[in-house]
Amino acid sequence: MSKVSMVLNGKSVSADAEDRTLLVSFIREVRGLTGTHVGCDTSQCGACVVHVDGKAVKACTMLAAQADGADVVTIEGLADGTALHPVQAAFREHHGLQCGFCTPGMIMSAVDMINRHGPGNLDEKTIRHELEGNICRCTGYHNIVKAIKAASDQMAGMAQAAE
Amino acid sequence: MYETNYHRAGSIAEAAELMAKAEDGKLLGGGQTLLPTMKQRLAAPSDLVDVTKIGEMNGICEDGDGVAIGAATTHAEVAASDLVKQKIPGLASLAGGIGDPAVRHMGTLGGSIANNDPAADYPAALVALGAIVKTNKRDLAAEEFFSGMFETALDEDEIVMSVRFPGASASAYSKYPNPASRYAMAGVFVAKAGDGSVKVAVTGAGQDGVFRMPEMEAALASNFAPDAVAGIAPDADGLLSDIHGSAAYRANLVTVMAKRAVAAA
Repeated sequence: MSKVSMVLNGKSVSADAEDRTLLVSFIREVRGLTGTHVGCDTSQCGACVVHVDGKAVKACTMLAAQADGADVVTIEGLADGTALHPVQAAFREHHGLQCGFCTPGMIMSAVDMINRHGPGNLDEKTIRHELEGNICRCTGYHNIVKAIKAASDQMAGMAQAAE
Repeated sequence: MYETNYHRAGSIAEAAELMAKAEDGKLLGGGQTLLPTMKQRLAAPSDLVDVTKIGEMNGICEDGDGVAIGAATTHAEVAASDLVKQKIPGLASLAGGIGDPAVRHMGTLGGSIANNDPAADYPAALVALGAIVKTNKRDLAAEEFFSGMFETALDEDEIVMSVRFPGASASAYSKYPNPASRYAMAGVFVAKAGDGSVKVAVTGAGQDGVFRMPEMEAALASNFAPDAVAGIAPDADGLLSDIHGSAAYRANLVTVMAKRAVAAA
């Protein structure tokens, strides 16, 4: 048992947890944030993707102790109050989900890929390749890809407007 | 997962000390293979010693005509490194093809080679490039380091610190990923050294892990073109055979991947 401390969605949190506690269990069960899902539990499906120090990782394949001292963002930390993050808004607009189970991971992966490539720099082929680690069993991916492309382009426009 | 004790080492000396004290300790890199193995209860180390925050085990620097990469450097960092892309493009593209983006943010070079999964990508690059593995005890040539499926020359308490990759005048990696797991069913790394000599190393196909293809190397040294290796395949005896592909199928894949790697180099 160790004390695990991290900044979770902008708030400093601290809790005792067994060393074998997975980051996703810490987030869901200790902190009660159930937006991050557990799909396959074998690091293949991507439903558990969160950001640790700004990078997308699979929270089912990381110990909470490994994230001690880190800055962690989950799907609950993306929106600004009631204003959805542009990627969340684009998933709604383009119907990028059906059952919604994979959506939190899809959105966290999408935000990560837009951050890495830069807003506006994503084409369809790149998006499909980047989604290698996220599985959706409903949509056939088309609308997810459309939503990510739209969000990426919109964020490029926002960045330009801000300059 | 069975109970375990997590420790974060601040230095290599501290990591060695923690390992010595542990009943059955394991070094923890990104954990992308070790943690799933522990979750399946196929491994149950009493202690995990996280080495990823050790400063001298992180980062990429120029080393002669090549690069030196810290063992705790992630696949994403290697893939994105301008230095690696410029010096050894085949290595950068190999790192960028491991797992998926989230796995590459965690998985490390040292963790991958210390595990020596027969379908891992890095062993092919180390052998073809003639890399040197630097541990806290000694320097090991890549071909000495990898000693069999999931086996390395590492002692129980030995820690991989970094890997030195000599530069190459041409390099490329081509793999045929299993459509479900994305692990290599055959992956071929081709490297042409400054003196014109060529090394070809194969991963994913051999029962004993990574191996070289001397016949392809000789053919490519005189004619560095895909056609030069078109008629050369490894002996199917000694290749992996499973529900994903027979040994004969993998032998043919090695030829095809070698041709693609030479074309890309």
